[in-house]
Amino acid sequence: MPGVTHIDRSIDARGLPCPGPLMSLIGAIREGQVGDVIEILSSDQGTKTDLPAWIHKAGHELIEVDEEDGFARFVVRKAR
Amino acid sequence: MPARIVVLGGGVAGTLTANLLAADLKGDARVAVVDPSGMHHYQPGYLYLALGKAQGRWLCRDERQLLRPNVDLVIDEARRIDPAGGTVELSHGGTLEWDYLVLATGARLVPELVPGLREASYHFYSLEEAHRLRERLRTFRGGRLHVGVAAMPYKCPPAPVEFILMTDHYLRDRGIRDRTELTLLSPVNRAFPIESVSRMVQPILDEKHINLMPFFNVEEFDPSAGTITSLEGEKVESDLPIIVPPHRGQQIIVDSGLGDVSGWVPTDRHTLQVEGQDRIFAMGDATNLPISKSGSTAHFEAPVVASRIASFVKGTAPKENYGGRVMCFLETGHGKATVLRFDYEHPPAPPTPSPVWHWAKWALNRLYWHTVPKDRFPDNLPLPIPMGQKETWR
Repeated sequence: MPGVTHIDRSIDARGLPCPGPLMSLIGAIREGQVGDVIEILSSDQGTKTDLPAWIHKAGHELIEVDEEDGFARFVVRKAR
Repeated sequence: MPARIVVLGGGVAGTLTANLLAADLKGDARVAVVDPSGMHHYQPGYLYLALGKAQGRWLCRDERQLLRPNVDLVIDEARRIDPAGGTVELSHGGTLEWDYLVLATGARLVPELVPGLREASYHFYSLEEAHRLRERLRTFRGGRLHVGVAAMPYKCPPAPVEFILMTDHYLRDRGIRDRTELTLLSPVNRAFPIESVSRMVQPILDEKHINLMPFFNVEEFDPSAGTITSLEGEKVESDLPIIVPPHRGQQIIVDSGLGDVSGWVPTDRHTLQVEGQDRIFAMGDATNLPISKSGSTAHFEAPVVASRIASFVKGTAPKENYGGRVMCFLETGHGKATVLRFDYEHPPAPPTPSPVWHWAKWALNRLYWHTVPKDRFPDNLPLPIPMGQKETWR
């Protein structure tokens, strides 16, 4: 499990269909400070590709991705 | 003593629910709808109005004409709800007491959340703004036209795609399409939030030479420079930006402590009861449910809310649950449309756009006043509209 010990905000978006988890992350990024570490859990299939693609485009940092039983866990650092 | 049922909001959600309750419970309940304007708007018509295909007077009716005679209409603004005391405080004084409360308060537009949005852009999400956009389009002679959304969730997810496809048609009719660059700014990495619909829409955009800028979440406008900047760091210059403003839940929800940080009501996705509240239900645009904010959602939620409240009043076990059912049209321009039917578990599988669905939408636009709010719309039409397969984690 996780190597990052400090999480500033955790979002459980399991059960939300696409693009709900991505929109939850975008909302957290809008509200957060540069350097914040955000954890998001998603059981939506499309999130596996959509979330890393958005993080890359928006210039943030994807620190961790873990596949759990029936969902994935992403840890993101707000970089700008 | 009859049960006291108060419905906040006279849109499709509140009107249909009140009518269903009054028809079912008759003398066993006193049903009141509270609405600040007393006017009912057919909001899907705003898009047609902006493009000169509908008149404003087609889109509004006196709410009283749509309610059954045994439903009271209170034209006033509800200011605060006391969930424990079972009361609603009204703006002009007075208080309503309720045994059951329905929150059908809808969403509000908050353009002020995006710097420059109000000054620099247009939209078609209110009657006034649809009129303003229609006038702007009339004087438009070509240039860079962008359609996008400032933030999700927003009402009627197909509307931006419909609007840009219908605008393509509108500009061709006026002979200025070749002088106009059309661009769809999408908050996700495809043309439409739902992937199956996007797969159908993208080839139509390509065929009509409409550009797509994916992952463009509007952050701010510079009215003097005519630029839009995205959260992702991109900037575009626009001669005519048409941007759906951010939406939030109503202030009364926030003030009454019944909403989340954005004012949406945490709602049980199946029973439509407000979380932690036994006697309060939420529906339509007001909820935090992961489903379209649309009249169709409200239409299919209303029988569930009405049936569950009626069961409580009668002392029987409620049986009806909401499964996320939605059915709505998506206009693709040039007299064609498709239809989206889906629920919590099954994504839409839209059929190839055809004139049949366009005319079906047009018929609904004209027949709405006589059907949906009055529960005269057949619930299970034998229409050949497929849904996709349930998705599983893999």
